[in-house]
Amino acid sequence: MTEPGATVGFAAGATGREAAATLEAGFALQAGGLADGPLLGLPLTELWYGLVFFILGTFLFLDGFDFGVGAIFVTRSEESAREQLLAAIGPFWDGNEVWLVVFGGALFAAFPAVYANLFSRHYLLMFAILGALIVRGLAPEMYEQRHDETWQRWWGRAFVVGSVAAPLLLGIFAGNWLLGSTALVSLPSLVVGVALVALSTAGGAAFLGLKTRGRLQQETAAYGPKALVAYLALVVVAVGYLFATRPDLRGDLLSPIALGLVGASAVLGAGYVVAMRRESYVGALAATAGLTYGLVALVAALLYPVIDPVAGLTVADAIVSTLPLNLMSIGAALLLPLIFAYFVVLYAAFWGPVEEGEGYAGE
Amino acid sequence: MIEPALASRLQFALTTIVHIIFPVMSMGLAPFLVYFTWKDIRTGEPIYEQLRRFWTKIFAISFVVGTVTGIVLEFEFGTNFAAFSTAAGELFGGPLAVEGMMAFMLEATFLGIFVFGRERVGNVLYMISAVAVALGTWLSAVWILIANSWMQTPRGYELVTENGQMIVSLVDPIAAYANPRFPWMYVHMQNAAVLSVALFMAGVAAYHLFRHYHWEYPVDHPQFWEKTLKIALVVLIITAPFQVLHGDAYGRHVAETQPQKFAAMEAVWETESYVPEYIIAVPTNLEDLTNPRAKEIFGIGIPGGASWLASGGDPSAEIIGLNEFETEAPPVAIVFWSFRIMVGLGFWFVLLAFWAGYRWWRGQLLEDDLLQKSLMASSLLGILAVEVGWIVTEVGRQPWVIQGVMKTADGVSPGLTGFEATLTLVSFAVVYLGLLALYSYVVFRIVRAGPPSITPDAPETDVVREETGAGPKPAGGDDD
Repeated sequence: MTEPGATVGFAAGATGREAAATLEAGFALQAGGLADGPLLGLPLTELWYGLVFFILGTFLFLDGFDFGVGAIFVTRSEESAREQLLAAIGPFWDGNEVWLVVFGGALFAAFPAVYANLFSRHYLLMFAILGALIVRGLAPEMYEQRHDETWQRWWGRAFVVGSVAAPLLLGIFAGNWLLGSTALVSLPSLVVGVALVALSTAGGAAFLGLKTRGRLQQETAAYGPKALVAYLALVVVAVGYLFATRPDLRGDLLSPIALGLVGASAVLGAGYVVAMRRESYVGALAATAGLTYGLVALVAALLYPVIDPVAGLTVADAIVSTLPLNLMSIGAALLLPLIFAYFVVLYAAFWGPVEEGEGYAGE
Repeated sequence: MIEPALASRLQFALTTIVHIIFPVMSMGLAPFLVYFTWKDIRTGEPIYEQLRRFWTKIFAISFVVGTVTGIVLEFEFGTNFAAFSTAAGELFGGPLAVEGMMAFMLEATFLGIFVFGRERVGNVLYMISAVAVALGTWLSAVWILIANSWMQTPRGYELVTENGQMIVSLVDPIAAYANPRFPWMYVHMQNAAVLSVALFMAGVAAYHLFRHYHWEYPVDHPQFWEKTLKIALVVLIITAPFQVLHGDAYGRHVAETQPQKFAAMEAVWETESYVPEYIIAVPTNLEDLTNPRAKEIFGIGIPGGASWLASGGDPSAEIIGLNEFETEAPPVAIVFWSFRIMVGLGFWFVLLAFWAGYRWWRGQLLEDDLLQKSLMASSLLGILAVEVGWIVTEVGRQPWVIQGVMKTADGVSPGLTGFEATLTLVSFAVVYLGLLALYSYVVFRIVRAGPPSITPDAPETDVVREETGAGPKPAGGDDD
């Protein structure tokens, strides 16, 4: 099984060191049975495939409404409205963005080859996404550091550009992943990117419905239904394009799962519009959550059982070996409920509209 | 175009060198903030509210810049070192994932409450938030350093062939993650972070106090800065000597586990006994700087000192020279000089701590001008010591990415082109140096403006004060 030095880059004799190291450790964990088979006989490969996409969906939903607030920011020129928009996402965006870190970590830990292939293949796109996130994260913090007009105008612009570019590029990335495209950008992936911007805007409008009051609330909420209709139209275009150009995906597109997801998206979209009309912003935000998970689930369903179309890797090829998979599963099972608790505490503490003097300038 | 392997290494070096500043600030500030919050809640004294609010501002900006620069690092393993990530993901990906879930989530969510939520939550939840943020930053370092230390002293793995590729497979997680280097690295790094922040606080406080008493250019809250200085000095007096003592023992551990790195730290090319330790080395020509050889360098050497250091007390101990190893030596000049700068700074901090302690004891803390100036000049030197220390650690282990197992050059993404790598390297140089400049500018402004004014029993926010003009304006608050 082991051939020292057989692959370039592995030092001859490394196995010797490692054997000694194993002996030195004295106790091997295999005794605990963690290396023998999947924990409790669970289908861990599929669970982790689902979990990775669930984490991605959570990031796109949560940070999505931050992005949407950033997109809506461009429509506000009054100082107090701009302050309120920044204060609305102030306590939340950092925690929301950490879901992206967890996505990267989970993909690395569970499917290392996919992590390596995807991110090195979409090299420039990845750095563009990270650049957009840097600008978006930094801008609100910088905006509040000085109160002169030029400074705030430029950081306000940076905030908008970062907030729109991030979902656009993330959508392009997701599109490229699904389509197995190696180009920087292609027409269908661009459509997915624009769709994600629209969905984020709808989420941002619903979120601002919760965080603002009065005229600002009415005006920002009005963007929501328009953005959502645009999102649904773009999804129809993307799915139609796939159906027309990718005969290999036709079967998957007509599968009950895919049809169900598309149907559910239409229902949730209608639900969103109704909720926004009735000023039930929690319901509307929940609808965008459902739509985001639906979109991600559609991508996951169309890919499966392949996880990296360009390299031709299936989920079963790419999964790590049993021992680290079991360990990661225990870790995730213990930690994910805790993380949800943190988010409940955070959102409960800041429930309700932005208060006077709250936000970046407040502390 | 720079070739992809070199460009990737330079880019990773650049991004980590800039990034590490922000975690050092947030990890180092975290225990101080827990203390300030605790005292603020328990005593209700305005000075603790000032301390908490002032240093939280710096913590918050450090955290945000640390987040945006740090996410890049997590993805850079995949973008630039795909071969390494594929081969070592089983051991290396897990700690990164757990870092995100266990530590980063904790700090990022409770940070929202800690920074924005003082008026929204009760004392208990606020205190819990302070502790959670601090715990998160320190746990974050646990997992990141587990990943890093495993690359320095890899254990608990087996090399297997999977899908025609050689991969490093995890066989014993306890041996892998509780590897010999981890405790050394963690203690050294966390103490360094606290020490660096203590130096920063002391330097900033000394600046305001010097301005107030010596230049007679009054600042608003001299008592705030005196309190800051004293708290910082207590911490400095504990952490500075500890860092040197710990570093000495750490050096022996490196000599045992990574002899090639140790030889580079000492620039020893030929295997010898009774190797002297050059505590002061002066390059007398360009050759000494670029290609130092311990035997030829001009300096003060303690006979047998390096041997003594490597073996824990035996001046006759043999140090294996760089020529003895099969692999090429790491860039010796960088490692040798970085190590000397770090050690020199370490001793300087001890001197500074004792000096300040002595003056304080004699009741002359604010009367020694040279001490005040030295504290000011040293405010960023802790961070410099962390940088050169990490350069010793990371450059010193070259050519290996995983010591003795995989070479850095073989870890680079196979499909990466020189054009892509050069483009992102240049972009990062611009963006990260710009970020650093921006961060420095913002921290400078916060420091110059000083702490918020607090009226007892009626805590005001900065906004209220600015809008109503009820309170005194902070010195230098000239922005609006």
